[in-house]
Amino acid sequence: MFIINCPYCGERDQTEFSCGGEAHIERPKQPTELSDDQWAEYLFMRKNIKGIQFERWNHIHGCRKWFNVVRDTSNDKIHAVYKMGERPPVK
Amino acid sequence: MKNKYSIFSLIKNAFNGHENWQRAWRDPEPKKEYDTVIIGGGGHGLATAYYLAKKHKMTNVAVVEKGWIGGGNTGRNTTIIRSNYLWDASAGLYDHALKIWEGLSQELNYNVMFSQRGVMNLAHNLQDVRDLKRRTHANRLNGIDAVWLNTEEVKKFCPIINTSPNIRYPVLGGTLQRRAGTARHDAVAWGYARGADEMGVDIIQNCEVKGIKRNGNTVEGIETTKGFIKTKKIGVVAAGHSSVIANMAGIRLPLESKPLQALVSEPVKPIIDTVVMSNAVHAYVSQSDKGELVIGAGTDSYVSYTQKGSHNIVEETLRAILELYPIFSRMKMLRQWGGIVDICPDASPIISKTQVKGLYFNCGWGTGGFKATPGSGDLFAHTIANDEPHKLNAAFNLNRFVSGDLVDEHGAAAVAH
Repeated sequence: MFIINCPYCGERDQTEFSCGGEAHIERPKQPTELSDDQWAEYLFMRKNIKGIQFERWNHIHGCRKWFNVVRDTSNDKIHAVYKMGERPPVK
Repeated sequence: MKNKYSIFSLIKNAFNGHENWQRAWRDPEPKKEYDTVIIGGGGHGLATAYYLAKKHKMTNVAVVEKGWIGGGNTGRNTTIIRSNYLWDASAGLYDHALKIWEGLSQELNYNVMFSQRGVMNLAHNLQDVRDLKRRTHANRLNGIDAVWLNTEEVKKFCPIINTSPNIRYPVLGGTLQRRAGTARHDAVAWGYARGADEMGVDIIQNCEVKGIKRNGNTVEGIETTKGFIKTKKIGVVAAGHSSVIANMAGIRLPLESKPLQALVSEPVKPIIDTVVMSNAVHAYVSQSDKGELVIGAGTDSYVSYTQKGSHNIVEETLRAILELYPIFSRMKMLRQWGGIVDICPDASPIISKTQVKGLYFNCGWGTGGFKATPGSGDLFAHTIANDEPHKLNAAFNLNRFVSGDLVDEHGAAAVAH
């Protein structure tokens, strides 16, 4: 449980948000060309990092907008928040 | 040779103040090389080592554990054992474990306090009723005991449940597996450790794995805080930290690690003599032999390795518990904790070879691994020893995420994951 600084609404309790998992997984541009292995990679395989992780969050009980968060999963400290489409900050 | 635990050894040791009990397992330094190394000294890892030695005569085996044995999720779960899963593959896997549980204390000469007090799963709405009835039929077709109880029968089986039709989540019935129950979780780890140690397995505690050495597509050994250990086969049973080990080995797993919480109350006199679980409101409760209520809560919805969990999750669970059991309204909670569980997209485990030769993973048990401990160890040992899965864990391979042949136990497993 922690505070998230929504880029649109400011600091709010984490319970107002919904986590959308690992960020920057791109939807395949040519889905019909994909092999089963590539589909498995896209759909299921995750980094699940212990440490700095890039992830998507949605302010579901607020502005309902999606954005990205850089969070240390070993202590839940948030290092950066940035909007969808923006380049991730270099750590 | 280990001394046998019995009523006589207990009396004998009582006379000299319990000061001469034999050490239950050694504390060896790692050798330079082993035939097989198991990463993770929890229940599943120790059971794997035990069955490798016992059934497959592989005794040049080490179990490396970064903390102390049984200090992870083995000592953090709510000790529930059941096998009432929906799908055939899961029924086979979990009932295999339940059958081993039934004779485990005798086999290990260690009292794991397995208590078949029954597990009841409640239904709170019409969809629950349909799902749970379907599951009892599926269970019985697979030879697993399961009965449907109506509201009066639920009340009779566990009288402290509030079965008023006017509560927010009224009890419309439930299923009961009488062979299910609980066990003493620490004893499971200690019993397997003692048994494996006696057959020559080295249990190496306070030894953290720092790297997996590969030569092309074959494993060569592990880097640890106690130096390099050479081996041809590595069995990874690292629960919430499976992805951390996988990243060291350079392979990908379909897992997300999340904190799952549990809590216990102050000890009280016997009040609930069974295990009651509720899927819809995510509350489950039993009573330990010490008298504490053992309460299981849910997982956080985001990846975290913090072993804490959020307060709101506990609050939701306790709200549900209070409505179902008004008698607990003045109970004080003593302790709360979290364990990191590795969850698969289909809420079923992985007991599998990988694309790397000599590297095996037993992971993805998510929120319900304790019940499977003996079966998981047995089947994983078979997979490592023969380099191919047993028929009971063939469906739980890593390749199912490529083929699409998933074992979807998400609501079907009778409790929300």
